[in-house]
Amino acid sequence: MNHIKVEEKAVEMKNITKVFGNFTANEDINLTVHKGEVHALLGENGAGKTTLMNILYGLYQPTIGEIMINGKTVIMADPNIAIQNGIGMVHQHFMLVEPFTVTENIILGKETTTSFGKLDIEEAVSHVQELSEKYGLYVDPYAKIQDITVGMQQRVEILKALYRGAEILILDEPTAVLTPQEIQDLIDIIRNLTKQGKCIIIITHKLKEIKQIADYCTIIRRGKQIDTVDVSVTTEEELANKMVGREVNFIVGKEERTKGEVVLEIDNLVIKDNRGINAVDGLSLKVHAGEILGIAGIDGNGQRELIEGIIGLRKIESGKICMIQKDITGRTPKEILESKISTIPEDRQKRGLVLDFSVEENMILENYYKEPFSRKGILNKNKINYFAKELIQKFDIRPEDETLKARALSGGNQQKVIIARELTNDPELLIAAQPTRGLDVGAIEYVHKSLVEQRDKNKAVLLISLELDEVMNVADRIAVIYEGKIVGIVEAKETNENALGLMMAGGGSGNEK
Amino acid sequence: MKNKKNSIKEMLGSGNFMITLVSIFLGILVGAIVLKIAGYSPLESYGVMLKGIFGKPKYILYTIIYATPLIMTGLSVAFAFKTGLFNIGAEGQFIIGALVATLVGYFVKLPMGIHVVVVFVAAITAAGLWGGIAGYLKAKFGVHEVIATIMLNWIALYLNNYVIMLEGFKRPNSEASYKIWDTATIGILEKWKYTAHGRVWLKVHPILQSIFKTPVNLGIICAIILAFVVWFILNRTTLGYELRSVGSNKYAAEYGGINVKKSMIVSMSIAGALAGAAGALQVMGVSKQVSILAAMEGYGFDGIAVALIGSNGAFGCVFSGLLFGALKYGGPKIQSAMGAPSEVVSIVMGTIVFFIAMPKFIRLLVSLVKRKEVK
Amino acid sequence: MLDNIGFILGTTLMYATPLIFAALGGVISENSGVVNIGLEGMMTLGALMGATVGYFTGNPWLALLCAGLAGGFLALLHAIASVTFGADQIVSGIAINFLGPGIALFLSRLFFEGATMTKSINLENKIPRPLGGVFPQNSFFDLVLNQYATVYISFLLVFVIWYMLYKTKIGLRIRAVGEHPKAADTLGINIYKIRYFSVILSGIFAGFGGAAMSIAVVSNFRPTLISGQGFIALAAMIFGKWKPQGAMWACLLFGAAQGFVIFLGGTAIAISSQLLAMLPYIITLVILISFVGKSVGPAASGDPYEKGER
Repeated sequence: MNHIKVEEKAVEMKNITKVFGNFTANEDINLTVHKGEVHALLGENGAGKTTLMNILYGLYQPTIGEIMINGKTVIMADPNIAIQNGIGMVHQHFMLVEPFTVTENIILGKETTTSFGKLDIEEAVSHVQELSEKYGLYVDPYAKIQDITVGMQQRVEILKALYRGAEILILDEPTAVLTPQEIQDLIDIIRNLTKQGKCIIIITHKLKEIKQIADYCTIIRRGKQIDTVDVSVTTEEELANKMVGREVNFIVGKEERTKGEVVLEIDNLVIKDNRGINAVDGLSLKVHAGEILGIAGIDGNGQRELIEGIIGLRKIESGKICMIQKDITGRTPKEILESKISTIPEDRQKRGLVLDFSVEENMILENYYKEPFSRKGILNKNKINYFAKELIQKFDIRPEDETLKARALSGGNQQKVIIARELTNDPELLIAAQPTRGLDVGAIEYVHKSLVEQRDKNKAVLLISLELDEVMNVADRIAVIYEGKIVGIVEAKETNENALGLMMAGGGSGNEK
Repeated sequence: MKNKKNSIKEMLGSGNFMITLVSIFLGILVGAIVLKIAGYSPLESYGVMLKGIFGKPKYILYTIIYATPLIMTGLSVAFAFKTGLFNIGAEGQFIIGALVATLVGYFVKLPMGIHVVVVFVAAITAAGLWGGIAGYLKAKFGVHEVIATIMLNWIALYLNNYVIMLEGFKRPNSEASYKIWDTATIGILEKWKYTAHGRVWLKVHPILQSIFKTPVNLGIICAIILAFVVWFILNRTTLGYELRSVGSNKYAAEYGGINVKKSMIVSMSIAGALAGAAGALQVMGVSKQVSILAAMEGYGFDGIAVALIGSNGAFGCVFSGLLFGALKYGGPKIQSAMGAPSEVVSIVMGTIVFFIAMPKFIRLLVSLVKRKEVK
Repeated sequence: MLDNIGFILGTTLMYATPLIFAALGGVISENSGVVNIGLEGMMTLGALMGATVGYFTGNPWLALLCAGLAGGFLALLHAIASVTFGADQIVSGIAINFLGPGIALFLSRLFFEGATMTKSINLENKIPRPLGGVFPQNSFFDLVLNQYATVYISFLLVFVIWYMLYKTKIGLRIRAVGEHPKAADTLGINIYKIRYFSVILSGIFAGFGGAAMSIAVVSNFRPTLISGQGFIALAAMIFGKWKPQGAMWACLLFGAAQGFVIFLGGTAIAISSQLLAMLPYIITLVILISFVGKSVGPAASGDPYEKGER
């Protein structure tokens, strides 16, 4: 930790409150960041961290509150003013124009021109190269964004801010998409920047990273500021408790049980991603009845393509998928559903639900063509309604109104609708992809309990998650995916974070069982 | 985080009716302003229009006859819309329907009754296939349906002209085809009204005489039946469920095992068939022939407006089709009566569609008006 | 033979010109992320305005300017709906296609005693032919190059728009707004301003395109004068992969088809002009089928942008 401690205030956000309609995203938040300091903003998904930073960056106006930069009050009416005040922001979803070159992206909005408004690209490139060298941010100025790695894209984002003379850099979940090596590089870059007196605000919900790089940490929960702590004297557990607001029970209660027959068998599977690269590259895997097999890995190592391949939404280049000894390779999604595979999809609003359909219509998404929901192509509204009412009771979906549009439900209840639908299919294999993303703690527990119940009914569960904690706590066995291959399978209770982390980065291996 | 956006979307979903009403009002208002600027009395103009629409039973029937094809092209556009597809191609599908109806109505000779059915089925099948092309191009090659249907409209237009020019089909010394046989028409008592007995009888029943002066036909009944069929397919069948889910969220539909590509093709085919039905009934009930087209007739484009004003609902299309039909029939009367440009009707329709396109503006307007009322 | 080729090339250029204007308009608008299906309506109003102002003032340049302004006025409506009020851009464009011809015919009836056809402009008051008389009459070069000034202007504008989009600051910003408006927004670029600029410019160009018909190719406005050129221009723009030079080549193809139709109409060759007229549309479809997937338009084209959207 580099406590330079120049006690010069770079940013002061005072009593910030932001209300959207009848939803309070930020409530009376105070944040002070000094020069040369790394300040972490910690909170669960939806706690209001990003909103706060969007206010600092001028994308939103605070309902109440004041912002001071270097001791002077500034009204951040739009990003231009923030940029003029030396604020730069790297968004979680990069704000890069894909078909543009690195340089074009960097200069956009602050272009150098010669006569007739002509862009002076050479001048811009030399400026970019200068900055690259100064901070150790290597990029190819002429490469197009669509052709470079995510880590490289992040550097472009940082350069974009530095090009505008940023002294205060906001990084929104900067490590979510990086490999461990890239994370290490990023940490080095951050150290370089703070050495030059720049201050950095990192939005994150990863405790370990906070311990690694931050000097101070402000914890936000449900829009409220819980505390600001000196990281060097705080433990991860303390941070975690403050983040979720109660003792965190990391352990999911489940009984020991022995796994049964092989339910899903994947052999040497190859699947291409949208760019035509082998995202799943010779992957083999077995999932047994009565177990939860967790797949751990860093985002973008083929998880999405694997799931889409299994359930028939993506073309399989080669290899074989067997469900209870029946070959389902290359079958249609409908045939695969009928072979007793159900899925809780990664993106519930995109894949899982038709948001403009009522809850009851969503309940029959996979079975609308079967009796009793329809006969000879005519829907039976009464049966559908009765079925939906039953599930709403059984799965405690709120509000209890089957005619409500799915859009009107909270994230947790939307997820319950999906779980209700998928579990009533009585699947032999349940695939759960990031099933707790964006949910609050209560809903997370509910989802985990459902998965364990399924396992206890001697069904197979395949859990894919980017949250290592979730995989370690819920799964019986853990398969680590790296560059489209399973690089190791370990018993959950016999492993630890470090061993898994090493495998997730492509190093080491477990023993295939 | 999503809640806020969701509630906005919800608001957008509801209150469609209010937006339509306000838009219609604004359309008529803009029409009045334009007339005023041009130096005509808006009240007098609209009065002439209203009289021209409701003044005589004959007028009302003409309004209905004008509205009939628009209701069906409206249904066509609305149906595709439910599957998330924008059918700009109703125009071309209408042409194909009309052309095939005329071909089958003239070249095939069948007894009364059967002939009508054969003509109708042939026409909607052909138009359905024509619409299906756009669906197929979208599903298979990812060609945007708006562009594909625009191209297909022009291909249909020139195909129509080409076929009419063929020897044996073109009526000599005319720009049109031969007329279809009487067995293929759907006019009501069409023959009888010209018989001696019919003439005498109608003479003593002046109201009916006025009515029967129009090409009164069974088209409107077909249109209403089709509106019901569309509603039923969309809301009460598994096919409709599939199509709507593809239109609402094709990713979820795909995940639920629904064949998205097939749905697009089916949807465009049905939409094509509906527009083709409009063309067929227009030939069978009114024109009895097809003519060489110098430009688009606009049935399909008007259908887009009808669908939008009818909020893409089946019965909404019936009402907005009648509205549009009334304006199209009644509008030109201000030209003859007062010399006021009849195109004010296009301006009114365009304005209505323009405002329906921006519900945000209408809501702003309504809230401003409400605030004023409170003060 | 050479004369025939000259004739075909000449008519190709003449008929491609209105399309090039409108297609360039489409290119600018779509690159900024706004679909402009209303080109047809804007062309129609431009054509009427050009013919009317040309008839009454006798000044073709003033007529051309007014045609541009008329197209720009409709485009302003389109921008208000689709940029400020987040309207569905296709629906708004369709409304423009009702309004354009509606207003045009309305005005025509007002200014020309109830007629939907404007009175013809005198030959000397049409857009001039700068190279008239340079070449011997009806020689090859005369047939090809002795064109209305609008023809040269349209090709010049292809270059100007290409330069603007790919070489200048404003062009970089227009394309950024069309590809990733949020990224542009976070860099302090005013998306609304860029889109208003682009859409209005596109209407002005479409208006020029209409006038290129009514005061150059012919000498008056009539209801069927603009029947589909706006849509063909739209197709040409897509065909040309949303690039000015690409759109130009596509317009030339469509113009050539027109040229052939006119040429064959004057000969005894028994090819149906109807089938020939169909050809460009079929070619467009075939080309869309074969290159689609590899080339897509600006990523955000068609999406309304709402600031502060969460």
